[in-house]
Amino acid sequence: MDDFLIRALSGGLGVALAAGPLGAFIVWRRMAYFGDTLAHSGLLGVALGIVLQVNPQLGVAAACLLIAIILVLLQRQRALAVDTLLGILAHTSLSLGLVTLAFLETVRIDLTGYLFGDILAISPDDLYWIWGGAGLALAALGWLWRPLLAATVHEELAQVEGVPVFAVRLAFMLLIAIVIAVAMKVVGILLITSLLIIPAATARRFARSPESMALLAGGLGCIAVGAGLWASLRWDTPAGPSVVVAATTLFALGHALPNRLQR
Amino acid sequence: MTVKPLSAPLSAPTLATSPVQPLLTVENVNFAIRGHPILQAVNLQVSAGEIVALIGPNGAGKSTLVRVVLGLIRPDSGHIRLKPGLRIGYMPQRLSIDDTLPLTVQRFITLGAPASRERVRAVLAEVGAPQVLDSPVQAISGGEFQRMLLARALLREPDLLVLDEPIQGVDLTGQYELYDLINNLRHQRGCGILMVSHELHLVMATTDHVLCLNRHVCCSGHPDHVASHPAYLELFGFDGARRLAIYHHHHNHRHDLHGAVVVAEEEEHG
Repeated sequence: MDDFLIRALSGGLGVALAAGPLGAFIVWRRMAYFGDTLAHSGLLGVALGIVLQVNPQLGVAAACLLIAIILVLLQRQRALAVDTLLGILAHTSLSLGLVTLAFLETVRIDLTGYLFGDILAISPDDLYWIWGGAGLALAALGWLWRPLLAATVHEELAQVEGVPVFAVRLAFMLLIAIVIAVAMKVVGILLITSLLIIPAATARRFARSPESMALLAGGLGCIAVGAGLWASLRWDTPAGPSVVVAATTLFALGHALPNRLQR
Repeated sequence: MTVKPLSAPLSAPTLATSPVQPLLTVENVNFAIRGHPILQAVNLQVSAGEIVALIGPNGAGKSTLVRVVLGLIRPDSGHIRLKPGLRIGYMPQRLSIDDTLPLTVQRFITLGAPASRERVRAVLAEVGAPQVLDSPVQAISGGEFQRMLLARALLREPDLLVLDEPIQGVDLTGQYELYDLINNLRHQRGCGILMVSHELHLVMATTDHVLCLNRHVCCSGHPDHVASHPAYLELFGFDGARRLAIYHHHHNHRHDLHGAVVVAEEEEHG
């Protein structure tokens, strides 16, 4: 296998392993649109990274966190519903990112790569970021698991029982921001949510505990990455979208299976 | 049902004075959201082995008061005093668990604190639902669900149980059983219970102390006394009150749309 293929597969698997368990929480907490909004701000992060001359993935994580904090603050006013706020923030940050990039005329960037992923162009440097970020996210998720699960089921009950729910919620947002930053190279900011949500949704049918659903989601994500890459090489299709299509195919297959394994 | 004559209407608010140190004392608590008063000068006490019920119409601030007691909301003024080292078991209202979360009853109960399977089984047996131990939380009945919530609260060995509408979503027979269960808990465990309820009839039968809340404490005291109090009759209407075999008193005040007390003489009868 060529080096670039090994790097693509390795990076994809790293992202899938972290996105699966985190995606399970996004599904349980009904935060799909929230994750999508954070991902949209990724392009603004890329632009920031270029302006400040830091690694774009750091810029993306910072932009995601910034949008998450703005959202938390905006939620305190109750004039607008949350989904309206999310819609405003998602498209504003995406547009701001595009506008800012347009101002950086001296820099040539591959916009399609950022929007839809450029998994075949993953460099050894990117791999360090991906595995470092994914490993950090997974370790933190393991550490947060119990309080996060308690707060997911019922925030106030968890708080009465001693869980610092606000800190846990912030930490969870930070994890989402990290995973979005590292997943950008693989599927692009417009498709990241799918890698978080589709494997988790597929896993639900076969899981009997939160842990098994999270692990299964990670595994299914890996299969989707492998299958998507293979399909991309076989039929010369764009890699990021192929991974998403593979994930959705698994989802459809899972639902076509007999009900025997369902809860 | 018998009609109990009452010597004199109680003045509101009244507090039961207890010789032992109460588990919970709420002193003169005020809370407003953007200048809109939700709780006004609320006082409340719960002692060990005692059931205190909060009743009142929707929007009366019952759940807000519960959240203040639990420390989830900080009041604008006033004090919440808890007995040192007090352990609280909380049963929230209207909990729905997303279908996408695969969770058994055992896992749900131990989310609050780790416990052995045997302990979970024992506490489920105590609340009368040992059969659901390994069931998915989405597959149990409304009554079983409430018992599961109660079991999670009891697993903490609480000194004070705070129950927010514990019989919501439970069928009628189940409601009586659940009230009996709660009533027995304070005898068996000796814990104090603060309970929000809509079911006046059931509350009246098992409670020691009733607080009728409509942003301020309209009246409080023993259920028999409260049930014949004019403020109570004003809040719940004569028909509702009569079902509890209470006779009618003259109103001494009513409430305007903002919940403020209006002395009856100043207004035409509505």
